[in-house]
Amino acid sequence: MSMLTRSSFIELNARERSRAILDAGSFRELLGPFERLKSPWLAPQGIVAQSDDGVVLARGLLDGASAVVAAIESGFQGGSIGEVSGAKIAGVLELALRGCERGRTVRPVLLIESGGVRLQEANLGLAAIAEIHAAIIALRRRVPVVAVIAGPVGCFGGMALAAALCSRIIMTRQARLGMNGPEVIEQEAGLLELDAADARLVWSLMGGEQRCASGLADVLVADDVTEIARQVRAAFAGVGGPRSEQVERFSARLAALDAQRPPAALELRQRWGAERAP
Amino acid sequence: MNTAQRARGLRWFEALTGGDGLIDGPRSVRAGDAPVGDELARCIAVVPDPANRFARARGGEVGLDEGWALAREVRRTMAQAQVGAQRALIAVVDVSSQAYGRSEELLGIHLACAAAADAYASARLAGHPVVALLVGKAMSGAFLAHGYQANRILALDDPGVLVHAMSKLAAARVTRRSLEALEELTARVTPMAYDVRSFARLGLVDELIGGVNADAPAAADLQCVRTALARAIAAARRAPLDLSQRLGSAAARELRAASIEVRRRLAEEWDES
Repeated sequence: MSMLTRSSFIELNARERSRAILDAGSFRELLGPFERLKSPWLAPQGIVAQSDDGVVLARGLLDGASAVVAAIESGFQGGSIGEVSGAKIAGVLELALRGCERGRTVRPVLLIESGGVRLQEANLGLAAIAEIHAAIIALRRRVPVVAVIAGPVGCFGGMALAAALCSRIIMTRQARLGMNGPEVIEQEAGLLELDAADARLVWSLMGGEQRCASGLADVLVADDVTEIARQVRAAFAGVGGPRSEQVERFSARLAALDAQRPPAALELRQRWGAERAP
Repeated sequence: MNTAQRARGLRWFEALTGGDGLIDGPRSVRAGDAPVGDELARCIAVVPDPANRFARARGGEVGLDEGWALAREVRRTMAQAQVGAQRALIAVVDVSSQAYGRSEELLGIHLACAAAADAYASARLAGHPVVALLVGKAMSGAFLAHGYQANRILALDDPGVLVHAMSKLAAARVTRRSLEALEELTARVTPMAYDVRSFARLGLVDELIGGVNADAPAAADLQCVRTALARAIAAARRAPLDLSQRLGSAAARELRAASIEVRRRLAEEWDES
């Protein structure tokens, strides 16, 4: 069936997104909602837990090859990472690594929509994110690890580090990728540093278009299911080393900048965007 | 914030290495050799620099330059010619946060922090024992960049050693709670607590080092920490290169039971039966 009109990826929930990415009919959910693996930490704080803790895991196929998708549901607690949701993501990456070590390669895809650590589970969210990082770094040596950041919630905190560790980052214009959420920067550094309510400014710094144009993300895609599914497949065709390993290259770039007069967003595109990754 | 507390990372770094550890990089990242047991470990710290070229990273935060310099120092140690066992790395951790700023975001501080985490994890996977020594604050993205990829985590048993995902004020605002309500929760919900004893109850500390003066280590304190470091390095050399041992302790089996259960069930469901 050919799709002549666009079909929004952002409007899909995490389960639908995973299904849409994988080859038709291949979606098989792991630890589905009927297993009722909820966060043990939310109810004691008067917060209703969700039976999948906001992460959907699915095995399936990409172009006929074995794959696994971990998709974060931004509709539950802002896609924040708690003990269970974090263990689900780290757990599938660890199993994918074990599979690769036994010669059964699994293609891992992360669909990230996350504000970072779930503050109600603070240190267990942070611990889980460190384990996600460890798993990506180990797995990436065997098979590309692909991150998709699609929706306006974006990807922040420890999950922004996770995205930066991936072999390829695919973003839409609507998405954002940054260390600190704009509200937290405003809170910690003041309104003059950053006006979090100024959406245009925020997206000019960390939006998908800027990140791709300045070489901090790889592929800018339209909010279209078919296009995103195609780019995910293309990402496994062969990619260069992840940015987080290119220490000399990025250190030199940074050293060349004047911290007193940092470049504006558009200037940074000219400085960093033109240069292609080795 | 208390100056004595902030300088802890530097004090312990200087005590362990006997030098100032200045590198051909930012003054906020120090690296030097520390005698531990019968070897020389490479010791790395992030310290305050009031003249830091990035204004938002003057208080000992992990900023752009710090993230990349950490990555560089770790990878330099990995690249050194090696006779015998891989060299141990010690991250002296006293980091109040990542740097919060507009330039930091534009220039990719998330990537700088990822590069540091990547370097430490890569060193661990290459067989370098990596030990984090928590002497002050171990906060959020800064801890993810500097210390959390270690094979072993040691901490001084001291009220000034704090571990968390966000400062109390910011956490209260983001979760729309009063500071009082947040304090009440941190006392009741272990993962929300800031103190290192609560952190250790989660099974994330391999050894809590008690009875040392955290602000002004005397010779005996230093000896005690060196001995703990040597134990941790030896243990890391015998253990798997991944982080699986973090879930193996009695403490983890109690308070991280869900983390263990998720993995158990996932393994069952991974291959279709």
